[in-house]
Amino acid sequence: MAIVKALRGIGSRVINAVWRIGYAARFFFKVLFYSGMSFRRFRLTVREIFFSGVMSLIIILVAGTFVGMVLGLQGFETLKRYGSESALGSLVALSLVRELGPVLTAILFASRAGSAMTAEIGLMKTTEQLSAMEMMAVNPVARVVAPRFWAGVVSMPLLAALFSALGVFGGYVVGVIMIGVDSGQFWSQMQSAVDFKGDILNGVLKSFVFGVAVTVVALFEGFDAPPTAEGVSGATTRTVVESSLLILMLDFILTAFMFRGD
Amino acid sequence: MERTTLDLWVGIFVVAGIGALVALAFKVGNLGTYNVRDTYQVQAYFNNIGGLKPQASIRSAGVLVGRVTSITLDSERYQAKVLMNIDSRYQFPTDTFANILTAGLLGEQYIGLAPGGEEKMLAGGDTIKKTQSAMVLEDMVGKFLYDKAAQESE
Repeated sequence: MAIVKALRGIGSRVINAVWRIGYAARFFFKVLFYSGMSFRRFRLTVREIFFSGVMSLIIILVAGTFVGMVLGLQGFETLKRYGSESALGSLVALSLVRELGPVLTAILFASRAGSAMTAEIGLMKTTEQLSAMEMMAVNPVARVVAPRFWAGVVSMPLLAALFSALGVFGGYVVGVIMIGVDSGQFWSQMQSAVDFKGDILNGVLKSFVFGVAVTVVALFEGFDAPPTAEGVSGATTRTVVESSLLILMLDFILTAFMFRGD
Repeated sequence: MERTTLDLWVGIFVVAGIGALVALAFKVGNLGTYNVRDTYQVQAYFNNIGGLKPQASIRSAGVLVGRVTSITLDSERYQAKVLMNIDSRYQFPTDTFANILTAGLLGEQYIGLAPGGEEKMLAGGDTIKKTQSAMVLEDMVGKFLYDKAAQESE
């Protein structure tokens, strides 16, 4: 009987998960469908860009600079063994623009802005503000959810670009100013290795996809949260865990498409 | 509609983000080094291109004069067909010599053009007839070992 019970447990979990995925997909299309208001009343979206994008600036800028500095230091230590310290610039820039910039920005964005979105919408649901809106014939998806979605989608590529730019600057500070790699070699190797279309635009595309993924997960978890204090806290945790995992999995898929060893 | 400090911050954020993208494109990427000038295309056949890749540079006397656009295998001649775009500011005689060279011992490979003495210049669509293949390190090491063994057996 214990086996039957265990099987039943697994089955109900799987069905529940599939159910939630389907609901999330329907939610995503609903957000897209009711996006009109986020552009007609653009003020709403600007407000959300402030809360998710501008307020994340500090963490992104500081993290980017330090990641770049670490890359500069570690890259130099390794490249020195092969006598090719001059390739430090291309190492720092390529790893930032292709991978670390979009991925780390998205993970930081999920923990900084995504969790806040989930908590806010979950609490709105718990205190029945969303139901109140419906009573007043205001669509909560159009009024509350869609502006946050578009704010996240706009903010993510910009934050990722800032992260990469500050990272390159951090790598420059450590590599050229502190260690003393030749500045001309640093930049010229970087420029010959980094392709605008193949590397930078693909990085922007990645951060755009991650922006969509993070905000959809965060908003859905908030919207779907059980209307209790415990439910909201669980939803916030799930947002960070699920969006981080989703980012890393999507990153593999996107990388496999974009950079197939040519 | 009145303006608020919130708008200002969002404006700063958007401008900074786009600025970072532009900085990445020009300072980090190769957008600044792209030639927007006119180019003409010539082709060359090589027995072995080694590690030459599309977008590799074409240099003459060390100066960048163009880029490799595509590399394919010509199935009739069983040779690599390399298409290259050359800046139309630079003209080369028809008997120009195209070598695949390596920057440094383990650096990336590029095509070096050594001009000949012909009066007529290469035009778009022409073929460079004199080519020299890439030096393949394994072949060289093999040859060296073979020579060494031959010397010792004498």
